[in-house]
Amino acid sequence: MKKPVLALAWLVLAAIGVVGVYQRLTTGHELAAYGSYIPWGLWVASYIYFIGLSAGAFLLSAVVYIGQVKLLKPLGPLALFTALCTLIMALVSIWFDLGHMFRAWEVMLRPNFRSMMAWMVWLYTAYFGLLTVETVLAMVEPTRPWVKLSGPRGAIARALTRIPVPTAQVWVRRLALIGVPLAIAFHGGVGALFGTVGAQPFWHSSLVPILFLTGALVSGAALLLAIYWLVWPKRDEQFKATTRLLSQILLGLLCFDIILEWAEFSIPLWNSNSQEVAVFAAITTGPYWWNFWIVHLLLGTLIPLGLLLTQRKRPAALALAGALIALTFLSVRLNIVIPPLTFPQIQGLQEAYVSPHLQFNYLPSSFEWMIVAFVVALGSAVFAIGTAVLPLLPSTDPGDGDVAKEARHV
Amino acid sequence: MNRTDANIGENILERMRADLKRALDKPVEDRRWAMAIDLEKCVGCNACTVSCIAENALPPGVVYRPVTEEVVGEYPHARLRWLPRPCMQCEEPPCVNVCPVSATWRRPDGIVVIDYDACIGCRYCIVSCPYQARTFDFGEEHTDLSAHPGQPYEIHRPAFENGVERQRIPHSDKSPVGNARKCTYCVNRLEAGMLPSCTNTCIGGATYFGDLSDSHALIAELAGSPRVMHLKEELGTSPRTFYLS
Repeated sequence: MKKPVLALAWLVLAAIGVVGVYQRLTTGHELAAYGSYIPWGLWVASYIYFIGLSAGAFLLSAVVYIGQVKLLKPLGPLALFTALCTLIMALVSIWFDLGHMFRAWEVMLRPNFRSMMAWMVWLYTAYFGLLTVETVLAMVEPTRPWVKLSGPRGAIARALTRIPVPTAQVWVRRLALIGVPLAIAFHGGVGALFGTVGAQPFWHSSLVPILFLTGALVSGAALLLAIYWLVWPKRDEQFKATTRLLSQILLGLLCFDIILEWAEFSIPLWNSNSQEVAVFAAITTGPYWWNFWIVHLLLGTLIPLGLLLTQRKRPAALALAGALIALTFLSVRLNIVIPPLTFPQIQGLQEAYVSPHLQFNYLPSSFEWMIVAFVVALGSAVFAIGTAVLPLLPSTDPGDGDVAKEARHV
Repeated sequence: MNRTDANIGENILERMRADLKRALDKPVEDRRWAMAIDLEKCVGCNACTVSCIAENALPPGVVYRPVTEEVVGEYPHARLRWLPRPCMQCEEPPCVNVCPVSATWRRPDGIVVIDYDACIGCRYCIVSCPYQARTFDFGEEHTDLSAHPGQPYEIHRPAFENGVERQRIPHSDKSPVGNARKCTYCVNRLEAGMLPSCTNTCIGGATYFGDLSDSHALIAELAGSPRVMHLKEELGTSPRTFYLS
């Protein structure tokens, strides 16, 4: 797609998002379609979606730095920066969801460590710090040839000269090592946040934290594959081989995720009276059946599976598989958060006291989608700036292209 | 004890007020507040719901004591059954454990309260309550004040929840707007020597309140009834609100 078209699309998205943010800041939650009986909606689903993408992209970057997989090595900085962008998107999503946005810091000052939410906030704060430092250190070596450049690239490179390259390399590996258990803990913690809610039988399963982790790996790997194809400037043999390797990793993860999902759904089906069965029925035959059958199963699972299995030599088809999985994974997250909340805990509650915010059905309002538009616009802007000023892609190496010319000129 | 034993020859409201007075003479940690609701006596009038809204100046969408209605049996033997649902004031409250900032806790007398100035509005407590006894304050108002300026009683109506006088400002970001909210057995009234609003206004005399640790209290006698039933007992929340079925 041409740059002006992308820029125009981004402007439209950003404008919609800014209106949403204005409404959020002036009307609070009044325009949201969720209520007290379905208290979590699109923003919580978006949060677990983006944070899953972040954890998945980070864990793949750890494979690069710890496993020293030669073919994937050029992807390291891109994976780290993708993890950082999606983390920012996740945190902004959940920040808007808070009833009192400016009290978020209270979790740091007066945490209740019996709450999985407190653990989650502390762990992803640590992860944010680690990810930022690791991303900075990962830029040290590739920015060295830019030291004499003018503009932001040169400024970044000169700022990073204070860190010796060998030290940066050692610490990137160390932080990747520390980051693996941290990413598993914080994203498993997001799963545990749901898994520990005894009042919701559909969530209250030991498999839920594991499902969150595999979901993160699948969606993160899929996003990375799609982004790699979209932004990587060199379409050489190495590009094809890397695409193939990424697609094989994705295929393995997708198969494992399907098995886990089958286990999660099929076991409760043996107990025909359980609330889990009712939730499963709502997911598959309720008003939003298409979200499961068409968006998740067809577009997000079967078509990508077919592409990954049959189109191994066509990077574009593999990238399409990645894009489909990554984009439709929001439907998986929505199906985790919303359907269990559509059942009253006490029969008759739905008619006992009537109010627009006391409903047991939910369809995100346009206002909620506008906030998501803002989050996507913000994340894509950060990503675009990152690819422009950071050495995430090979074209930014001074050995070729306009940067080399500029370097020689300087 | 059966239902009529509690009524013969005595005014149960007066007895509960005397029980309350005795309880208030004890240190707070020696009180065990509890509520009983006799489902045989509830007529589904919703007086408790309305009085609760009036007492706590509740906005639209915030309800502490809805009354559910259920049709039991089939015509010609069908009848209605109502179930008022205040907060269960659980001895093991799931809502307390999940709060990331300890903004909600169980007082020594067993009442679960919320510090509106600390609550961040994450709504984790709302999804964790197996009785859906918490609601979120979205900032709405019963009256559209953009159409007319509003009467003083509409716009300057403080509430005294948790014993704190607070003027709620609709459509703002000032607490309790943006907070989870819940029934506190009208703890502000209790400490002033008054029964909870719902107990006071129950026209069928179906709601009982008192101190479980006082063996002479009416509530303690009712707690020994074979008719006692707790909602969702299997979850291990040990509710202090119980029903006589």
